[in-house]
Amino acid sequence: MSLVRVDALHKSFGHLEVLKGIDLKVSAGEVVSIIGRSGSGKSTFLRCLNQLEQHDSGRIEINGQVLDANSMAPALLSENVGMVFQNFNLFPHKTVGENVMLAPMIVRGEREREASRLARRMLERVGLADRFDAWPEQLSGGQQQRVAIARALAMSPKVLLCDEITSALDPELVGDVLKVLEQLARDGMTLILVTHEMSFARDVGSRVVFMHQGRIHEQGDSREVLSQPRTPELQQFLSAVR
Amino acid sequence: MAMALDFSALAPYGGEVAAGVATTISLTAVATLVGITAASVLAWLKLNGPAGVRWGIQAYVELVRNTPFIVQLFFIFFGLPALGVSLEAWVAALIAMTMNLTAYATEIVRAGIESIGKGQLEAARVLGLSRRQTYRHVVLVPALRKIYPALTNQCIIVMLGSAVISQISVEELTWAANFIASRNFRNFEAYILATLIYLALSIGMRQLFRLAGWHFLGGRQGRPSS
Repeated sequence: MSLVRVDALHKSFGHLEVLKGIDLKVSAGEVVSIIGRSGSGKSTFLRCLNQLEQHDSGRIEINGQVLDANSMAPALLSENVGMVFQNFNLFPHKTVGENVMLAPMIVRGEREREASRLARRMLERVGLADRFDAWPEQLSGGQQQRVAIARALAMSPKVLLCDEITSALDPELVGDVLKVLEQLARDGMTLILVTHEMSFARDVGSRVVFMHQGRIHEQGDSREVLSQPRTPELQQFLSAVR
Repeated sequence: MAMALDFSALAPYGGEVAAGVATTISLTAVATLVGITAASVLAWLKLNGPAGVRWGIQAYVELVRNTPFIVQLFFIFFGLPALGVSLEAWVAALIAMTMNLTAYATEIVRAGIESIGKGQLEAARVLGLSRRQTYRHVVLVPALRKIYPALTNQCIIVMLGSAVISQISVEELTWAANFIASRNFRNFEAYILATLIYLALSIGMRQLFRLAGWHFLGGRQGRPSS
């Protein structure tokens, strides 16, 4: 059974139809890289998966639950889907540890001691256990992004969505973040990433989805798709980004 | 004619002055605490509440911001008894000061809330926080931090503005100065003393706000600029 199942997903902003019918199935443990030009709808699609954008029609099912932002409390959604953003979005008035502890305490009602222990474990996973008491502004971009990953993991989501999470980083910091993702993938985490890191998509990703003009234009095993693109649009795109 | 200043003429009225200062400070303290708390709630409701609530808050804010404080005070103290609501002078003064501060502070806090980036709200949302939890834990402190200098000023303005509540016979600092002047005709000395005390209260209040900001809005993060 698929962990994520999307059928005929449509989304428009005003008169602009951004998603023109997306179908996608993702199994547990898969690492799916969504690539495509800006404006192809990839970020909107990702944001529909956790209802930051509400789709107009179609159906999204994650872990057996049909998503509907109107009837669904955010707390319920966060049990299934975690998200990491391009700009980290750490809470600046909370320490690294408090950032990670917040949702477990507020949403899940954990006590401070449990939450703190959990936060330390999560920070260890991203290699930042020693920065528990630091403020976000004291960290490099790469470290902040790893804290954001730890924060998302603390809610133990079934799927982790990553929206261009290395795009705002200095080149030398990208590697550390990708290494964390690679480890997550090895641990069996289901990842759906919008990314421009083609080598990561090829080496770590299990599948590549190429979006073009609001549709999935081509998809398949990441090595195959990236080395032997079938459609001219993907060929063109790949030659442009390389 | 040269005028000789004689501050010793004020000495017999030390008790009145001290009581006046105490009244000014207590009324300001309560108005500030209640006002900031109420404004934090109203500002959120003004942005997120149902239409009727938003409209009601807007009407209240505009009413207070576009009328003189002394008229608001007279309305509460002299006007309300016509509706059968008779208040003691200090209660009427406290209500007027609190309502006045709340209205201005609501607008100030609203500006702070609106300055918080969408990314913060989305991060909170995907972590599962409800809108109210997001406001309480993610938005409020950074928002207050951003508008803290303006909020401090507004509270000081209310403290200084409390001088007019002597008009309804609340025995605060200005009342004490009036009282002295009417007894010994030492107007100059009495109002110099009042001026200096108001100045000291303003400076003290600003320091207190700085300490409070440092404490409640976060240690090294308490800098108003960050």
